[in-house]
Amino acid sequence: MFEAVLLTVITAATPLLIAAIGELVVERSGVLNLGVEGMMIMGAVMGFAVANLTGSGALGIFAAILAGVAMSALFGFLVLNLVANQVATGLALTILGIGFSGLIGEAFIGVPGLKLPQIVIPGLSDIPFFGPVFFRQDAIVYISFALVAAVAYTLFKTRVGLILRAVGDNHGSAHALGYSVIRIRFMAVLFGGACSGLAGAYLSLAYTPQWVENMTAGRGWIALALVVFSSWLPLRVIVGAYLFGAVNVLNLHAQAMEMDIPSQFLSSLPYLATILVLVLISANRRLTLVNTPACLGKSFVPDR
Amino acid sequence: MRIELVKRKEQSKAMALLSPVIAIALTALSAAIIFSLTGHNPALGLYKFFIEPLTQQWSLEATIDKATPLILIACGLAICYLSNNWNIGAEGQFIIGALFGSFLPILFPDFENGATLPLMLVSGALGGALWALIPALLKTRFNTNEILTSLMLVYVASLLLDYLVRGPWRDPGGFNFPESRMFSDAATLPEVFGGALSLATPITLVIAIVLAVLLAKTLKGFEIRVMGQSPRAGSFAGFSAKGLTLFSFALAGALAGLAGTMEVSGALNQLLPTISPGYGFTAIIVAFLGRLNPLGIIVAGFVLALSYIGGEAVQTALGVSNKIASVIQGLLLFFVLACDTLILYRVRVISRRAPGGEASHV
Repeated sequence: MFEAVLLTVITAATPLLIAAIGELVVERSGVLNLGVEGMMIMGAVMGFAVANLTGSGALGIFAAILAGVAMSALFGFLVLNLVANQVATGLALTILGIGFSGLIGEAFIGVPGLKLPQIVIPGLSDIPFFGPVFFRQDAIVYISFALVAAVAYTLFKTRVGLILRAVGDNHGSAHALGYSVIRIRFMAVLFGGACSGLAGAYLSLAYTPQWVENMTAGRGWIALALVVFSSWLPLRVIVGAYLFGAVNVLNLHAQAMEMDIPSQFLSSLPYLATILVLVLISANRRLTLVNTPACLGKSFVPDR
Repeated sequence: MRIELVKRKEQSKAMALLSPVIAIALTALSAAIIFSLTGHNPALGLYKFFIEPLTQQWSLEATIDKATPLILIACGLAICYLSNNWNIGAEGQFIIGALFGSFLPILFPDFENGATLPLMLVSGALGGALWALIPALLKTRFNTNEILTSLMLVYVASLLLDYLVRGPWRDPGGFNFPESRMFSDAATLPEVFGGALSLATPITLVIAIVLAVLLAKTLKGFEIRVMGQSPRAGSFAGFSAKGLTLFSFALAGALAGLAGTMEVSGALNQLLPTISPGYGFTAIIVAFLGRLNPLGIIVAGFVLALSYIGGEAVQTALGVSNKIASVIQGLLLFFVLACDTLILYRVRVISRRAPGGEASHV
């Protein structure tokens, strides 16, 4: 029983984890991309469509990542090159993504999907309890943990990470030191797009292997909240994502147990939990201010 | 090739008027490309989408009906965005407003007199304002990001609506359909101009004009603009950022709530599990296309409403999915934001290593 619950938590947490770790990198560079939801839904529809047409899950994942990157490039061009308002442009990205995905996905409604195969790690997967939970997952679950580790290492142990954080904390100084603020931010934005696309692919290829309109259902926004929850520290994103994954599946299991609670109330729990967590975190000024990138959301125009 | 922005000495007045026009033109061009990519005649598609709805009386009326809630919501959002308060939860405030506006005709169907409708409208505005005050209070009290909280409350609001129409507010004589009872005549918004339009339209226009005057001619309007552009300067003038956050959210929520009540009382006449085709989100586009100015928003609301009607039109005429409407809406916002750059900056395209490029700016 517990094992089964934990397995569903992992499936619910993985897309949140991947999208949030991508956005964390974007925000560390000083850019706020509110379009996660739009990039994610484009990843979901492109991943599903390409996997369905080619029969290859790997190609589907690749297409989803490309879709996320393309969307984020659009965002990057507007906010970095044209200095458009970041909040409004992020919203535009979400509205556009939901529209485009609806148009593309219309042909795929009700079409049976393709589920990513489990990758069984020999030996380890035979361990009781831990085996099935940790070593019998699909590729994206493994990738999600590798991503978090890679981001944590890169941000805090490498020169690239140092430069990225410098750009996010003080773009004026980084520019004066000769770093191209716009180019570095653009790279971070593209990375965020790739992660969001991948997270979308997980939804339509593993979580529920089908295409349903608006299937991200606010997960992109929850991923944004998770970045705040983590106070911009990669390892804490895991905690947040799994916490929210658990809240997400509560609905499923409560319904299975035929508890007498309106399903709408249970469905609203992830959103209410997000608000609660945001309040608790932001009420603690000391905790948030230490790690918040100082230039988050501020535009940069190099004065030449 | 490199794109360089040169800051203008002052905002370009010409560009402020031109940028929405350029944006609409670019959107139409993109729409033409999408039509041709999906194997349709682009000229015919554009005509059916943007022009034909304007040529017939019924479609013109339908466009105005759709524009009305968009304009009302967008006016409130403009006040928020001008003062740097990012309320993106108007969809939820619209829904909660509709719920507050409907409890009277649903729970007290026998209360039918001249006071019914005014009470509903006031209650709807109050409901929207209260719902909007949640993210505002969380922002002023706990410094919580209002973008995320206001959006999360949209999901909560639509789930609440879903629960009510499937549960306690379901029509007892409705054969278990998820819908409320029909509103009585006293609870129905009357039509004006010989039945052509709902009363919601003149109410909305009056409110938009009042807000335009408020923004342009009063101290409150000055406060809103100053606090948006320079909160520090505003605080020296004695303006309170927190007070303005509460004010702008409450106002935007009240207008969205009023729009919600007028929609269920006028157009739908009952509560359904879904009462809005995304008005609260489309209104964000309306607000920006209208340059955050209530008078501009009246025009912009009409343009965006056209996209709903046009979407239906191309679906029936060409067999293109009506989803194309939301694609066009999204593209429009993108182009509006991109073109707004032209107001503050001159754009120079510099070819790589060209003389006068990097070399002269050491």
